[in-house]
Amino acid sequence: MIGYVVRRMFYGVLILIGVNLFTFVLFFAVNTPDDMARLAIGGQRVSADAITKWKVERGYDKPLFINTQARGLEQYTDTIFYQRSVPLLRFDFGASDEGRDIGREIGKRMWPSLALAIPTFILGLLVSIAFALLLVFFRTTHLDFWGVVLCVVMLSISGLFYIIAGQWLFSKLLRLVPYSGFTGGWDALKFLALPILVAVIARLGPEARFLRSLFLEEVGKDYVRTARAKGLSERAVLFKHVLRNAMLPILTGAVSALPLLFMGSLISESFFGIPGLGSYTIDAISGQDFSVVRAMVFLGAALYILGLILADISYTLADPRVRFE
Amino acid sequence: MLAKQEVQVKKLYLAIACSAALVGCGPLGVESPINSPYAAGAETKNVLYTAFTQRSPKYLDPARSYSTDETPYTYNIYEPLYGYHYLKRPYELIPRTALEVVDPVYVDKQGNKLSAEAAVKDIAESVYDIPLRKGIQYQPHPVFAREADGRFSYWPLTSEQLTDKFVMSDFAQQGSRELTAHDYVYAIRRLASPRVASPIFSTLAQHVVGMKEYGTRLREIDTALRKDVPVGSRDLPWLDLRSVGFSGVEALDEHTLRIRVKGLYPQFKYWLAMTFVAPIPWEADRFYSQPGMAQRNLTLNNWPVGTGPYMLTESIQNRRHVLTRNPNFRGEPYPCEGEPADRAKGLLNDCGKMTPFIDRIVFNIEKESIPLQGKFMQGYYDVPQVDRGDTGVAMLVAASDSTEKAALYAKHGIQLPTTVEAQMQYFGFNWRDPVVGRGETPEQQVRNRKLRQALSIAFNWEEFVAIFQNDQAQVAYGPVPPGILGYQSGVSGINPVVYDVVGGKAQRKSLDQARQLLAEAGYPNGRHATTGEPLVLYFDSASGGGGSSPTLDWMRRQFAQINVQLDIRSTDYNRFQEKMARGVAQMYMWGWVADYPDAENFLFLLYGPNVKAEKGGENASNYVNPEYDALFEKMRDLPDGPEKEQLIAQMIKIVQEDAPWMFGLFPKSGGAFQQWVGNAKPTQMVRNSLQYMTIDTELRSKKIAEWNPPVWWPLLVLFGLLGVLVWPAWRALRQQAQQNAMGDVVETPK
Repeated sequence: MIGYVVRRMFYGVLILIGVNLFTFVLFFAVNTPDDMARLAIGGQRVSADAITKWKVERGYDKPLFINTQARGLEQYTDTIFYQRSVPLLRFDFGASDEGRDIGREIGKRMWPSLALAIPTFILGLLVSIAFALLLVFFRTTHLDFWGVVLCVVMLSISGLFYIIAGQWLFSKLLRLVPYSGFTGGWDALKFLALPILVAVIARLGPEARFLRSLFLEEVGKDYVRTARAKGLSERAVLFKHVLRNAMLPILTGAVSALPLLFMGSLISESFFGIPGLGSYTIDAISGQDFSVVRAMVFLGAALYILGLILADISYTLADPRVRFE
Repeated sequence: MLAKQEVQVKKLYLAIACSAALVGCGPLGVESPINSPYAAGAETKNVLYTAFTQRSPKYLDPARSYSTDETPYTYNIYEPLYGYHYLKRPYELIPRTALEVVDPVYVDKQGNKLSAEAAVKDIAESVYDIPLRKGIQYQPHPVFAREADGRFSYWPLTSEQLTDKFVMSDFAQQGSRELTAHDYVYAIRRLASPRVASPIFSTLAQHVVGMKEYGTRLREIDTALRKDVPVGSRDLPWLDLRSVGFSGVEALDEHTLRIRVKGLYPQFKYWLAMTFVAPIPWEADRFYSQPGMAQRNLTLNNWPVGTGPYMLTESIQNRRHVLTRNPNFRGEPYPCEGEPADRAKGLLNDCGKMTPFIDRIVFNIEKESIPLQGKFMQGYYDVPQVDRGDTGVAMLVAASDSTEKAALYAKHGIQLPTTVEAQMQYFGFNWRDPVVGRGETPEQQVRNRKLRQALSIAFNWEEFVAIFQNDQAQVAYGPVPPGILGYQSGVSGINPVVYDVVGGKAQRKSLDQARQLLAEAGYPNGRHATTGEPLVLYFDSASGGGGSSPTLDWMRRQFAQINVQLDIRSTDYNRFQEKMARGVAQMYMWGWVADYPDAENFLFLLYGPNVKAEKGGENASNYVNPEYDALFEKMRDLPDGPEKEQLIAQMIKIVQEDAPWMFGLFPKSGGAFQQWVGNAKPTQMVRNSLQYMTIDTELRSKKIAEWNPPVWWPLLVLFGLLGVLVWPAWRALRQQAQQNAMGDVVETPK
């Protein structure tokens, strides 16, 4: 098992290097350091001097991959790619193109992201499970049919619609919560209520439908028939047997999603004014801040790899029959 | 004394109790609606709440700041020598930290004084001796903090001492001192510093004696200082500008500043009203240059130090910025004069009272328009965006499109004043292009001119303004906007190339006349006279979106009216700027916002030596006309008066005839203010307007409470409905549990 985990982590490092390279290539395929400087400096009269200064300060005056004017190993090390990539591997994100410490920003912003993501995740899971169980309990009835139709309709609707409709209904018409904003402490509850509700509803359709299919698969198995034959109530069958066995894939999926909770929701945070990592990433993309974009992509990839490894480990814990060599 | 945990628990219980009471309870029992995005009782405070979109201001260093979204901060924190009268139009320069707006003294090459009427060719320098007000104090700030023995409290600092310091409030001690002329000298020297790379250096260096050479010297000194510093390092040895200066700027004494300008440059006084010339205390430059400061974003760019009515006390990037009243501000009386209509509007009611009136200005980020507009309509923003002139215009347009919206705005008493500002949008032809440009031979020049004139007639700007600006703009007949000397209203201002004067009004020439001109240009019916090929012209658009949008489609149809094909080359703004810098765009649309209210700041957009291609100037059309250039060089040296006006009129005639531009439109600018915001007057030139505004907090509290009662009954109905659904489901569950294999319900024995 340990060997397996170590091997996976090694693969993970290779994946991270590949992700970093891919991000770099994609970013600089559509942007040049001059473009970035011009956008960063802004203003009515961007001067050539200001652009040069901006690039030199941030190391963007160097070549992208190979420095033909250098000698030996410096041909590869005195380049934007090398100098921007190597520190990443030790999780040193450096400073953004605006000069702000990225690590510190991540440390500050991950809490609002978590404040939104954790309740959304837990509540979303509970509500989806409850609804899916309800549909399974009333399977082959009209309730089940219309429940599935509802799920399909809900998953067909864009998340953006839920956000706008939620703000229209709860902020504009009913005036129960603020449109947007965030603050620390317990006051954050009134700012998080709507985004959490919207997020839970937005994911209810696809999740409930998926869970329903998981539960139905279990319900059709022999051990369930045996349990019924033994005289157990349908409630006992569902909760004690079906749910427990169906929870395996649910739990492993949930464990793999846990690390990504840190990354926040790009759209929700923008619309609801939550200063989390999602809005941090969106700002960096629109501002062409390569340092932040590559840091967030790298962090996201690392967390995703970690999540998958954790999911594998949790699976072995949940099902003793599973062993990784 | 309660333990911290007990206090937290008690606070939680209080919050729950207040929530149950359906209102938020705050200190002293002040109530706020439940949907308030602020702390309870916030609306009762003398605070103005506004928003900023996109992102936080990038530069608050006055030497680098040159973007409109930064101006609400910079112009309210810093004080240049001059400013603009808040109410008077046309805009009038007034002294801020200076005692008066001075006229320069002219001297010849030998340094002899000349009279004010001296010939331009005799004037070697214009010398501005500007007296400063005495007793102006800087805001309280850590850079001035000193110990009892006179040492600076926060200099020198090591990186370790900065471990827990990330914002200015982390520095416990503060101090202040008087503003002196030396601070202005330091600031102007700093514009030449290679570490600052001020966008205005190259412009000012052309005019201020010795500044260009000073910039070169500073570069050498800076290079020497950086000798042992790794490239790209943000910790640099302090470049002390006190010890190296130039003759163009000096302090004659503590309260007199001398600036020497080359030749005659009447527009120089306007630069003294911009924050480029805001004072910089050397202590701040030194303080912020200490090791570790830059890494913590403790820089002049993030934490300005000024003498203005406000100071920046809170700054959370891309979240919130707060300006607080500067307790050391000298005080400035509210104006007692303005435009004729100002008195009736109540804009003179606070005549003579000391500004600023508002204690704090809170800027919150609002990235999306829905929450911004929503919170404004709920009363939670007093002004949606302080620096933008299009918000109010957009609301006016919405009101004209929808009677419901108009009624709502009227019910809320929203103020939507508008004005035509010193800015314009125009459609440019590239003078270097062989088809629409100047032309190589005299015959080609005539043909190309006729082509441009034909296109100018066909492109219906009146329709453009009606459709795409919702009539919130004024069609332009020339390059000088209203309110600026040189603008001609009435018949004399009408462009005779594009319009006929009918009944004293401008009537666009007919399409037949455009077609006639097109034929004379060598393209009868839109085809080349010789080859028969259709005339295809290319428009470079920075709008992105693949070249398809209502505006671009409309433009294609305008050209199609005279059988000219318009091909759109759509790209992003970066690429567009690059193309313009290389001079390869055939036609384009762009705009200009005046730096100062002088015709020179618009006419220079067509001045030959100012071409964009190769020289990086602002003449984006790369237009060159020696006659125009000669007139420009004469005009720019003249003070405002009939002679200058006449020269401007001649220049306008030339460019109307040459048509390097279609003159486009002057957008209207408008503000949106809640009914409780007093002294609100829209302006894009007076950037320190916040100090003049007032807030009627009582009215605000009352209206916010009135507009935001929570509506609970739909939730109760929803829960009821859920209950109604759950009950039969529960019954069905119980029944199913009690059924036998035959489907009969069997009661479970108790």
